[in-house]
Amino acid sequence: MPLFVKPGRLLVILTLLLLTTALHASDPVRIAAASDLRYALDDIVNLYREVRPDAAIEVIYGSSGKMTTQIINGAPYDIFFSADIAFPLQLKDKGLTTTEPVVYAIGRIVIWSNTLNAASLTLEDLTSDAIARIAIAQPAHAPYGLRAKEAMQSTGVWDAVQSKLVFGENIAHAAQMAESGAAQVGIIALSLAKFPELARHDHYLIDNALHNPLTQGYVVTRRGGNKPEALAFAGFMVTDKVHDIMTRYGFVIPE
Amino acid sequence: MYTFGPAEWQAIEVTLRLCLYTTIILLLLATPLAWWLAKGRSRGRDVVQAIVSLPLVLPPTVLGFYLLVVMGPRGIVGKTLEDLGLHHLAFSFEGILIASILYSMPFAVQPLTEAFSHLGRRPVEVASSLGAGALDRFRTVIFPLTRSGFVVAATLTFAHTMGEFGVILMLGGSIPGETRVLSVLIYDHAEAMNYEAAHSLSLMLLIFAFVTLLVVYSLTRRFQVVRL
Repeated sequence: MPLFVKPGRLLVILTLLLLTTALHASDPVRIAAASDLRYALDDIVNLYREVRPDAAIEVIYGSSGKMTTQIINGAPYDIFFSADIAFPLQLKDKGLTTTEPVVYAIGRIVIWSNTLNAASLTLEDLTSDAIARIAIAQPAHAPYGLRAKEAMQSTGVWDAVQSKLVFGENIAHAAQMAESGAAQVGIIALSLAKFPELARHDHYLIDNALHNPLTQGYVVTRRGGNKPEALAFAGFMVTDKVHDIMTRYGFVIPE
Repeated sequence: MYTFGPAEWQAIEVTLRLCLYTTIILLLLATPLAWWLAKGRSRGRDVVQAIVSLPLVLPPTVLGFYLLVVMGPRGIVGKTLEDLGLHHLAFSFEGILIASILYSMPFAVQPLTEAFSHLGRRPVEVASSLGAGALDRFRTVIFPLTRSGFVVAATLTFAHTMGEFGVILMLGGSIPGETRVLSVLIYDHAEAMNYEAAHSLSLMLLIFAFVTLLVVYSLTRRFQVVRL
């Protein structure tokens, strides 16, 4: 019965091999971060690893709203960096936090384009026929998308551009749609526009009087409160070196 | 070409584990189910057939959403587990394993049902008239004659699980080492504009899928079912 001996044994060995890899004890610090932090936080985590090389830290990026829902539904995040402090405050109301939500930066939105010279564009220009598609993050759950909508509403172009809007699942997704050229123009985070790939093109800084401020806050979740490493990282965020990195990416550090 | 880093290897490991466990468990579950569907005579067969085939037409986000509701900390299954002191199933490997089993079930059940119906009644009748027990009948008569069905079921289940995205993203999030499978990692790389990484992984999956299908189609031709 050759069929029952060789393949069977092989399967058992394979299964045992994969099972053993599954058993290695690992409980890393898991950070849920708003997508506008995509490059800044990577730099910060690398810096942290220089100080604490044994630290096991994983970052998962997404839209702030979506991650809040996930945390409410039991997602295993220890620290949550939101693009809008309203979300961590929501979690605090539900008793899902350990620390007080703290502002870590003020964000800004910009107009960016891969093909056009965005520095000479204004929000009013978005109604022009030369611009077929405008990428923004989904306002329903992404703070940067909501601010983009507010800015367009303030300047009175929101109704006119409706048919041209394409929505990214989060702000990095919106930036990617603009970067690929699929959308001529994107309203993205300043921090993303400062990323070398995107910094090759100019951007137009949208007047922050046109939208609600992007007060970005973070919090250690109830789950993360049991991990000293998580609390250590949270404390690390207020050091000068981290502030330097944030400033480099265009974030404004509150005094 | 982009060289794989620890993130890629971790995703490959999670994906392989998911595919392997799903295939093994599903073959064990699907075999008796497919047998009943092929041989049974009750009216309930149509209903069961429809339920089993639902994942073929349902948007993956629907399945993922309902599973999240049921298996999360506030759902029927999740809350019961929490009350028993265990952990709920959302955002966990176990959760996406269950999701994969449900999502790939038609790919296991349908080839097996086909193979079992082609078997006809004679070989099994002859075997039992000669005194073979149920397990013996399966091992020595049914399985050798329906081997191609098992190969197709196993290969399609494995490959289909490898391609899963929507269900896993809804239910699993993108937790490295737990639920961040290859398809989710590719999505993540594309969003971060790591196009080289996304391309390398995508190409690898494309080649894998093509080779798998090639194997399935050539095997189905070679192992023709013997009719008595």
